[in-house]
Amino acid sequence: MTGELSRWYSLETDTAVSGPPAGGPRVLVGTRKGLWVLATDEHRREWWCSGPEFLGHIIQHAVLDPRDGQTLLVAASTGHLGPTIFRSTDLGASWSEATKPPAFVTGEPLARSLRSVFWLTPGHSSEPGVWYAGGSPQGLFRSDDSGLTWEPVSGWNDHQRWTEWAEWPDENTPDGSLLHSVIVDPRDPNHLYLGMSSGGVFESTDSGNDWVVLNGGCATAMQPADEDPVFGHDPHCVRMHPAQPDRLYQQNHCGIYRIDRPESRWTRIGVTMPPEVGDIGFPIELHPRDPDTAWVFPMDGTDVWPRTSPGGRPAAYVTRNGGASWARLDAGLPARGWLTVKRQAMTVDDHDPVGVYFGTTGGEVWASPDEGSTWTRVIGHLPEIYSVEHGVAVG
Amino acid sequence: MRVRIPTPLRSYTDQRAVVDATGATIDDVLRDLDRQYPGMRFRIVDEQDRLRRHMKVFLADESVRDLSASVEDHDEVTILQALSGG
Repeated sequence: MTGELSRWYSLETDTAVSGPPAGGPRVLVGTRKGLWVLATDEHRREWWCSGPEFLGHIIQHAVLDPRDGQTLLVAASTGHLGPTIFRSTDLGASWSEATKPPAFVTGEPLARSLRSVFWLTPGHSSEPGVWYAGGSPQGLFRSDDSGLTWEPVSGWNDHQRWTEWAEWPDENTPDGSLLHSVIVDPRDPNHLYLGMSSGGVFESTDSGNDWVVLNGGCATAMQPADEDPVFGHDPHCVRMHPAQPDRLYQQNHCGIYRIDRPESRWTRIGVTMPPEVGDIGFPIELHPRDPDTAWVFPMDGTDVWPRTSPGGRPAAYVTRNGGASWARLDAGLPARGWLTVKRQAMTVDDHDPVGVYFGTTGGEVWASPDEGSTWTRVIGHLPEIYSVEHGVAVG
Repeated sequence: MRVRIPTPLRSYTDQRAVVDATGATIDDVLRDLDRQYPGMRFRIVDEQDRLRRHMKVFLADESVRDLSASVEDHDEVTILQALSGG
């Protein structure tokens, strides 16, 4: 397979370059019609681009392995063909396909068939070949060989309560039911979380063999009046703070939440957002070092749910105090715009100050080198953007 | 027998539009294709051995969804994929 990602050009001059400087962030952009990779310098002033790779393929998620800085996994499907995983062990210079992509068990009683791989998560640092994948229908899959072969996580897929917890049969959501936000505790490879749209947040402390619900305190608008249902919620994106893993944040269909384990109830921290903006959105991103800082990109969740910028005034919002208050970040963004940023389409780097990036369904990538204080459009005219992920390339 | 490959699957066949495969049933043929071109079958058939929606297999002029349908060496199999969407 070709390696378009080894061919770079400057976004400023539109001329070919041998490659971007080492040490700068890479931003992987998965779109409805292929994969692009953006690179910048450590100051995040100049930008380079490579791609498209897999032109015409639906790329739900593309992730660079933080454990080696070389392995790229791409969750792909194509028109009506079955889903698969493409993998590169040389930063996209060459590609191969998983020899055994994620799939449910042949002949299983529910006769589930995986339509798409929606989410990819690298495993724990002590398990270098391990990856997790979430799908639609809401299956969980694991690879122990860097994405070459995948096995269903039976403790989840065959859990006696799966048909209650999951959307099954998954006929309700326009884009299909989704399993996302697979999280591995950096202190313990056996401690996992996952999110389901719809279904809620679930936790396992035994490497996925058994699971419990973790939805207390979250609102749900999709069920008949019941003040505190146990499951059936709609987390859009769940993040664990890497430096304080007992703290999780969640952008839900029904608000922004935080939990500090061992608490078992989420606190709605979105109530401090401006009422005219609200606390509905898809992504939530965390500062790599400060557990009190998180960014969101609100969307209009009123009326028929346009899912565009509230009032046609695009902005990210940041909290610096764990959700006690929020600040609007719109310098450089268009004064008027109806942007939609999907749940995987916002990311942060690990520089100081932190770079924040998001991609829109209108095919634009925006970047901020200063934690959201100012924004610059890096590239436009891409296909609908599904995912934007930061990565650190090694070599 | 000859098997016609649609463009979305030709990345597996080194861009060849027609390849050879053997088997007594459509299922055999698809498994032989997967042996020759690893990964191709799962793009066509799901894990429950069902032809994926909008994928079609023709035996001569007949659309076949039953993968146990018999084929003979002189038959021509055509795999097609709908190109609906935008």
